[in-house]
Amino acid sequence: MEIYCGKSVYNGIAIGKIHLLSEPSSAVSRLRINDVPAEIVRFQEAKTEASHQLSDLYEKTVREVGQANAAIFEIHAMMLEDADYITSIENIIRTQSVNAEYAVSVTGDNFSKMFLTMDDEYMQARSADVRDISDRIIRILLGVSVSDNPDEPSIILADDLAPSRTVQLDKKLALSFVTVHGSSNSHTAILARTLNIPSIIGCKIEITPELNGRIAIADGHSGRLIIDPDDETLGQMNRRRLEDENNRRMLGELKGKPTVTSDGRLIRLYANIGSDGDLASVFRNDAEGIGLFRSEFIYLGRNSYPSEEEQFSIYKKVAETMAGKPVIIRTLDIGADKKADYFQLGHEENPAMGFRAIRICLSHPEVFRTQLRAIFRAGAYGSISVMYPMITSLGEIRRIKEITDEVKAELRAENIEYADIPQGIMIETPAAAIISDILADEVDFFSIGTNDLTQYTLAADRQNDKIDGFYEPHHPAVLRLIERTVKNAHKSGIWCGICGELGADTKMTETFIRMGIDELSVAPSAVLPVRLAVRKACAGYEGAK
Amino acid sequence: MKKFSYIITDSVGIHARPAGILVKLASQYSSEITISCGEKTADAKKLFSVMGIGAVSGSEVTVSANGPDEDEAIDKLMDYFHSSL
Repeated sequence: MEIYCGKSVYNGIAIGKIHLLSEPSSAVSRLRINDVPAEIVRFQEAKTEASHQLSDLYEKTVREVGQANAAIFEIHAMMLEDADYITSIENIIRTQSVNAEYAVSVTGDNFSKMFLTMDDEYMQARSADVRDISDRIIRILLGVSVSDNPDEPSIILADDLAPSRTVQLDKKLALSFVTVHGSSNSHTAILARTLNIPSIIGCKIEITPELNGRIAIADGHSGRLIIDPDDETLGQMNRRRLEDENNRRMLGELKGKPTVTSDGRLIRLYANIGSDGDLASVFRNDAEGIGLFRSEFIYLGRNSYPSEEEQFSIYKKVAETMAGKPVIIRTLDIGADKKADYFQLGHEENPAMGFRAIRICLSHPEVFRTQLRAIFRAGAYGSISVMYPMITSLGEIRRIKEITDEVKAELRAENIEYADIPQGIMIETPAAAIISDILADEVDFFSIGTNDLTQYTLAADRQNDKIDGFYEPHHPAVLRLIERTVKNAHKSGIWCGICGELGADTKMTETFIRMGIDELSVAPSAVLPVRLAVRKACAGYEGAK
Repeated sequence: MKKFSYIITDSVGIHARPAGILVKLASQYSSEITISCGEKTADAKKLFSVMGIGAVSGSEVTVSANGPDEDEAIDKLMDYFHSSL
């Protein structure tokens, strides 16, 4: 039994095999080899193994989801036997005296290019299949796991998880995320909370291929990864897991119940989502609306700006799916840690305090206008509000309102249907919190972004895991700013919510309610625990006002 | 040498799966077997080669076999084209 310590980012216990997430195989290096025949045998053995894997996958897929879905693996197996493909690989090994990984990578590239240049769209799409089989052989040669997706639900172990990797993972197959790096506010951590799975970051383990497939326990209560557990530990952990399940069942009984304090104050309890794909979990966890719809996903992972129509159809879908429940869309919050190349943002020494979010939108009004048009148009299909991030001054709000007035006039002139939706701002800079009395007169609502508010107030970069200890959202400075913001909102007759991670901290729920907070928007998995905390809390005189 | 021509009626043409079946079928014979479509000619025993001729729906392909078992090869391949493509 081996125990490795890290930091838990989501409670719970997962027991299963380790699935090692390796680095993508694009980094194949060209190495000279001495024994050409041995290298060819190495390739042939890897090819045989790949073909076994494919026939296993084929049978498994036929069993689970039927013949039609399995055909792709049959085709991959046939491609693997292609004489030209094999000859090319063996020729490269022989003539250049190089390693098999390199020969497979070059051949895969050549063949996939051949398909890419064909006129037929279907054939163009086959280039991905060629890459896929080449990747499979390369990973076998390198002794690393073949697919990002495990064959069975597993504990995903990786050095770090890039957002681009995790989006491709089949979430049903992830029992837990365990990473060597990453801070408690990283994407991995947020993803774990969204998916409701026990996860550990900063786990002090050296990643070696032999870890793959070993039985382990990810203990999200203590932040430990236990590999090859003994029977006693396994028994203990299984009992703990059952307790967790009972708790979850108890929370399940809160579905459909109102989010109301013991002394009768209703709190609006919404969910934060990162894409339209999260809608299912919003319903599963009985959220009363969407308090933060991060629109960045529409912009990331692509090469050009998304069109108005593309955005409109996504916002409309979310509005219609929520069927009249509130949906608060936050406009583009890009910069800092999240960027797309086509924005040409360049490198910044201190991106958290740099050119991002509303600052980009106001200096690229054409990008901003496209998004606003899409949001205002979708407003006609449900209960949408729009919210602007990173506000620091009254001037920014005035400028935004000029633009939105123009956008609405344009839509009217073009005879395009839209709705005059509520407009609110994120309070996530100390500046905005301090002048919240002034800002409250200009907008329809406030939503406090505690993640950024904490990092800016305490001068603690949340991407820097060395200073996790300084990032303390319960710091009285942060809490005073929150309280001040709520009071100022109410003075102007607007509502105020929290959509940062702190909103899900059930130890703070009663404190926030006593401050007078009207809305809490949390990760879908936190909705029911927060509802439980609200129902136990007492609003008191101040909060009841 | 024996040969036949056929116009593809399958809506996606000779796509990956039928190409694979074709290759398996052709590989059972010792004759040299080729498939042509327009100016492109492919070795019928090689998958990427067959897929590479880009035979889409409506295009005319010519299959020829040359060797000791050419009669049987052409018969079986013709059956396959008529029944599946």
